[in-house]
Amino acid sequence: MLTKDQIAQRIAKEVKNGQYINLGIGIPTLVANYIPDKLEVVLQSENGLLGIGPFPTEDQIDPDLINAGKQTVTMAKGSSLFNSAESFSMIRGGHVHLTILGAMEVSENGDISNWKIPGKMVKGMGGAMDLVASADNIIVAMQHCSRSGESKLLPDCSLPITGIRCVKKIVTDLAVLEISPDGGFILKERAPGVSVEEIKSKTAGKLIIEGEIPEMIFE
Amino acid sequence: MINKTVKNAHEAVADIPSNCMLMMGGFGLTGIPENCISALLEKDITDLTIVSNNAGVDDFGIGLLLKKRMVKKMISSYVGENAEFERQLLSGELEVDLIPQGTLAERVRAGGAGIPAFFTPAGVGTEVAEGKECREFDGKMYLLESWLKADFSIVKAWKGDTAGNLIYKGTARNLNPIMATAGKICIAEVEELVEAGELDPNQIHTPGIYVQRIFQGENYEKRIEQRTVSK
Repeated sequence: MLTKDQIAQRIAKEVKNGQYINLGIGIPTLVANYIPDKLEVVLQSENGLLGIGPFPTEDQIDPDLINAGKQTVTMAKGSSLFNSAESFSMIRGGHVHLTILGAMEVSENGDISNWKIPGKMVKGMGGAMDLVASADNIIVAMQHCSRSGESKLLPDCSLPITGIRCVKKIVTDLAVLEISPDGGFILKERAPGVSVEEIKSKTAGKLIIEGEIPEMIFE
Repeated sequence: MINKTVKNAHEAVADIPSNCMLMMGGFGLTGIPENCISALLEKDITDLTIVSNNAGVDDFGIGLLLKKRMVKKMISSYVGENAEFERQLLSGELEVDLIPQGTLAERVRAGGAGIPAFFTPAGVGTEVAEGKECREFDGKMYLLESWLKADFSIVKAWKGDTAGNLIYKGTARNLNPIMATAGKICIAEVEELVEAGELDPNQIHTPGIYVQRIFQGENYEKRIEQRTVSK
């Protein structure tokens, strides 16, 4: 089983040179730590910053400079600042190449739920609905099962939906999976030491297994 | 040049009545109009509808207005980090419209720009789409969303001049510039107020036409929600 950092490390392998990327809160934020130095990418923060830099040192902290998770950040070389309407023009206009976000549930046709648990959690969707409705390339980072052991990869989402038919790829603590255009989770890779049978038993939605499934490789 | 200067926050918010619609800039606690929030707290008004991306935290920002039960309705995109908000919402004391952040921003922009409605992909197939017109463009579905306008918009900028021109700093810009355009009366509080002519016109983010009142705020706390440093 992968740790959260290993999930982030595996997702970082999907990043390509020259991409503008939006990273969600949680595991997706960790992806930034694993993007190889040789790749030139720009991280977008939907509250109005292109070019998120590393977290500040104590004496660099600026309360007027935060990311979408409200964490203090710095600006990378060549960054720019803008208002929220402009920020979502970039997102809806298709200018952001890759969106990585967390989820509570993903369905076998690529629907995602990550914003509300009726009667329990009312925090709001923030920018998630705009991001998932607009991005061509959406990767979900999440645990394969909930804390109570229920599969989070389902035939249909049971929680209120954030976006429909939008997820392309999922990286969990057990596996890398792609959403088939015809519906279903195509198993692409296993976490080291995790069997196909275990993934099968923990995937409630339709799982598509074609040929030998390789283990993930970490450099 | 028309002089927009008022003395302080109290004078700026003096005529804000109960039961009106306010927009307040800020993302989290960054770029919120701290002085005007304090001045509003001293007023005896209730039943406000507030458009703001977030709802502050329990003891700072809009959270203070909620605690004093001055707010009837919030129109926001993300309201986590505020236990009092969640309590009022779950008990039915507070009305809340949660809307996607990009839709919120564009509705405010549209309100200020005279565009009554627009189509957006955000929320298609979700409960946000319930009761809204859905239309297909180039093979993809979009939702019809309408503009948002307010009786008063309250914004916070870094620098401003007596003509109402504003410059923001860092990500404290967020919704402030668009909200400045969408209030019948826009009140701007700034960290540094200078005479008209002292700011470089090339650097202005909000042209003074949108701003009716401006003053230099004081004692900015700029509280940090998630103090994160590199190891």
